[in-house]
Amino acid sequence: MTVAEPESTTGGEPSGSPEQEQEHGQEHGQGQGHERGQGQGQVHVRLEHVHKTFPGKGQRSTPFVALDDVSADIRRGEVFGIIGQSGAGKSTLIRLVNGLESPTSGTVRVGDHDLTALGERDRRQVRRDIGMVFQQFNLFRSRTVAGNVAYPLKVAGVGRPERDRRVASLLDFVGLLDRAHDHPERLSGGQKQRVGIARALATEPSLLLVDEATSALDPQTTGEVLAVLRRANRKLGVTIVIITHELDVIRAVADRVAVLHDGRIVEQAGVYDVFARPQAEETARLIGTTLRERPSEATLERLRRKHTGRIVSVRIQDRAGLQTEVARVFAEHKVAAEIIFGGIGEVQERPVGSLTFELLGETAAIDDALRALRAEGVDLIEENP
Amino acid sequence: MDEFLTNLPVYRDAIRQTFYIVLVSLAAGGVLGLGLGLVLYATRPGNLLANRAVFVVVNVLVNVVRPVPFVIFLTAIQPLMLHTIGTTIGTDAVTFALSLAAAFAVSRIVEQSLLTVDPGVIEAARAAGARRVGILITVVIPEALGPIILGYTFIFVAVVDMSAQAGLFGGGGLGDFAITYGSQRYNWPVVYITVATMIVIVQAGQFLGNWLARRALRR
Repeated sequence: MTVAEPESTTGGEPSGSPEQEQEHGQEHGQGQGHERGQGQGQVHVRLEHVHKTFPGKGQRSTPFVALDDVSADIRRGEVFGIIGQSGAGKSTLIRLVNGLESPTSGTVRVGDHDLTALGERDRRQVRRDIGMVFQQFNLFRSRTVAGNVAYPLKVAGVGRPERDRRVASLLDFVGLLDRAHDHPERLSGGQKQRVGIARALATEPSLLLVDEATSALDPQTTGEVLAVLRRANRKLGVTIVIITHELDVIRAVADRVAVLHDGRIVEQAGVYDVFARPQAEETARLIGTTLRERPSEATLERLRRKHTGRIVSVRIQDRAGLQTEVARVFAEHKVAAEIIFGGIGEVQERPVGSLTFELLGETAAIDDALRALRAEGVDLIEENP
Repeated sequence: MDEFLTNLPVYRDAIRQTFYIVLVSLAAGGVLGLGLGLVLYATRPGNLLANRAVFVVVNVLVNVVRPVPFVIFLTAIQPLMLHTIGTTIGTDAVTFALSLAAAFAVSRIVEQSLLTVDPGVIEAARAAGARRVGILITVVIPEALGPIILGYTFIFVAVVDMSAQAGLFGGGGLGDFAITYGSQRYNWPVVYITVATMIVIVQAGQFLGNWLARRALRR
């Protein structure tokens, strides 16, 4: 029996410097942040039937459809994840939200603004209320750490004394106050990204766009960076849109998630629901690579060779006494049940996973037991071919 | 050698003229070339102020002028010189021509240096709500400052070289001195001393450029 790995990418209490937040601790429930946004539940970003087609390069190549009828509502104060493999259209999608890209058709609303109806000048104003964090950090090499964080404030016309005060408090927030006068190339990857986050938060934006912020980092620094992001969400109430191809990132920080595949949103739901009951095939495949408690086809074949009885997997749900219930039903029907594979992990403090049983007994009894379990709402998957 | 010493005041004047020609041309050509380079960079398809028409016109202009050897360029623009500064010989004429030639050379070097700037950094500035022209000045140029300074150093050496060639046209300066007092009188020490002087000027310029570039890169 294998047990799913515990969450390794989550940080801890939102206090102290990010380095101290490495101990395992999970306290991120759905929308339970104490200091979090007023008016939560209000729509912050709305994408409606967004299409984006890039003209093909060269003469005979066909146009490339990056986004195909994408609609989504992102609520004020939430962390909204967008997951998909590279080439799924994630980067295009996030760039629509701050108007660096325009949709071919459809509308993009941020707050009260319809970005698609605005010219470059008005978009610039909207952008000052939107921070952006990049995969490759994109720090200005010609400026110090403090200079990088000060840049958006200069752009916004914030005066020197106020600027200095804000830069100091932001660097303190990301735990890099002592590196203010260093140049970015002297920092590690994780530190660079924290500067990137401080810069993105400089103008106190209400919305933070995070583009694969941890993909260039190792697992340990990924944890640091995610902890800072979560703290920004909790303490500053900033809405976060985070795109990633790593399910662990979604699991660690997101409240809700959209699964993007070939330019379409194939599934959109709360993070727990997506992990516990993936609806789309693409989602199930994505999750299969992260949660390993469901046996793969190869594992199943091995299990079938070793165990000659009926093989059935039970999907773990957030429901008290589920296993007691299962054990009771099997006992009542005189079915011997042996756990041969599986594991239980946690997403947003709620259990997810699956247990695979070998059932021995009379065929009719097993059928009756399974029928009884289904009647009780237990999610069963028969694993025999 | 005695003859060189008798011509010492002329030599001193020649050095002064060379400095005048080189520094004025470098300043005027440098500013003009920076502008052209920025236009080339910014209007390139896909860049901040992408404009195909402007890019093509400026690009072709630079491509046409830049490969012309300076001596030929100097004669080719004589009508323009007459029209603008009223003469085609002497120090001012040479300085005028040299400024133009330097501008076209500088424009390419500036363009190439700016193209090394990471597009991600520009995107970060745009995401911060900066204006596009503002980004050119506050982000693109500072990010490319090291290579730009090295490029100007390269142009400085080329301008010293071209200023000497202009000696053939009575342009004044060290090239003129070496021809008039040196080679035409078969006075080789004068030629060699002039060459040595130019080497010193070039070395000093290169040294200064390297030092400035290192400071700009801060690495």
